[in-house]
Amino acid sequence: MIVSISGFGGALPWARRMIVEQRRWMTSEEFNEAFALSQFLPGPNVVNFSVVFGSRFGGVPGATIALAGLMGPPLIIVTILAVLYARYGDVEALGRILTGITAAATGLLIAVVAKMATPLFSKRWDWAPLIAIAAFIGVAIMQWPLPLVFLVLAPVSVACAWMTR
Amino acid sequence: MNDNPLIALAGYFALLSLFAVGGANAAIPEMHRIAVEVMHWMTDRQFADSFAISQVSPGPNIIIVTLIGYHVAGLAGAAVATAAMCGPTCVLAFLVARTWDRFKEARWRIAIQAGLVPVSLGLIAASAFVLARSADHNIYAAAITAITAIVGFATRINPLWIFAAGGVLGLSGWL
Repeated sequence: MIVSISGFGGALPWARRMIVEQRRWMTSEEFNEAFALSQFLPGPNVVNFSVVFGSRFGGVPGATIALAGLMGPPLIIVTILAVLYARYGDVEALGRILTGITAAATGLLIAVVAKMATPLFSKRWDWAPLIAIAAFIGVAIMQWPLPLVFLVLAPVSVACAWMTR
Repeated sequence: MNDNPLIALAGYFALLSLFAVGGANAAIPEMHRIAVEVMHWMTDRQFADSFAISQVSPGPNIIIVTLIGYHVAGLAGAAVATAAMCGPTCVLAFLVARTWDRFKEARWRIAIQAGLVPVSLGLIAASAFVLARSADHNIYAAAITAITAIVGFATRINPLWIFAAGGVLGLSGWL
């Protein structure tokens, strides 16, 4: 049953439609719960989600199959792309196309940031925006290693969240 | 720093996977720092290209590590980088999934969850900054970034259309 996860790696709305609405493997609440958990964990969210989802159904084998179903086909495709890029990466037209895509994808990332920031910054002035700005400056401007920035900021941020509740 | 690129790939990505709160998009600056600036595995341009490819290919965006791994050490590099990026976090996800329900209402869990949101926001903003610096070498590329940011924020258009438009504009030779 989990093999049918294959096709839609990456697109969570599709995953939701299939798991909740078509196959009824999970209720809507169970899905949200599993999704919240996979966002809370470090690392790729979709990968985490497949492990959480798979383990609910079949323990270690379930998680392994779900992960393989999620990652298998995309890995084959991206490996082919990697081989093609290694061979044709210097072709000027391809380079121009990829530059255009990167410019557009960067814009979409800024849109994601704006959407995430809206609820965080619209509240009265508090600690959350300061943490976000500090993380940005540390990683983007100062170019400090991520583990260092994380180990300094995450405890402070969690402590602030603890106190304000 | 390390003679064997496979060991370096495994070490860096395994470590990174445990600090990437907010997923692949939060991990971009650190990947860029390691691959381009510390290890000199690839140029800025090659990194930006890999990002573009990972965005348009199906599957999780974290698949950019497969591309970096392949670039560094061929098929073995691709396999090692992907396994290192997914392995530790998968084990963690599996273990936490079993105990999660017990702590669902715990105050410390809610505080951790709320506390990590601003950190990942800052990291994703840093990703956008690093990518913009790699891709937006002239006013036209910067304009595409600005326009897609507005379109992406204001509409729910399928990203593939935006990527297609960006690719066509890129091909047209403006960028």
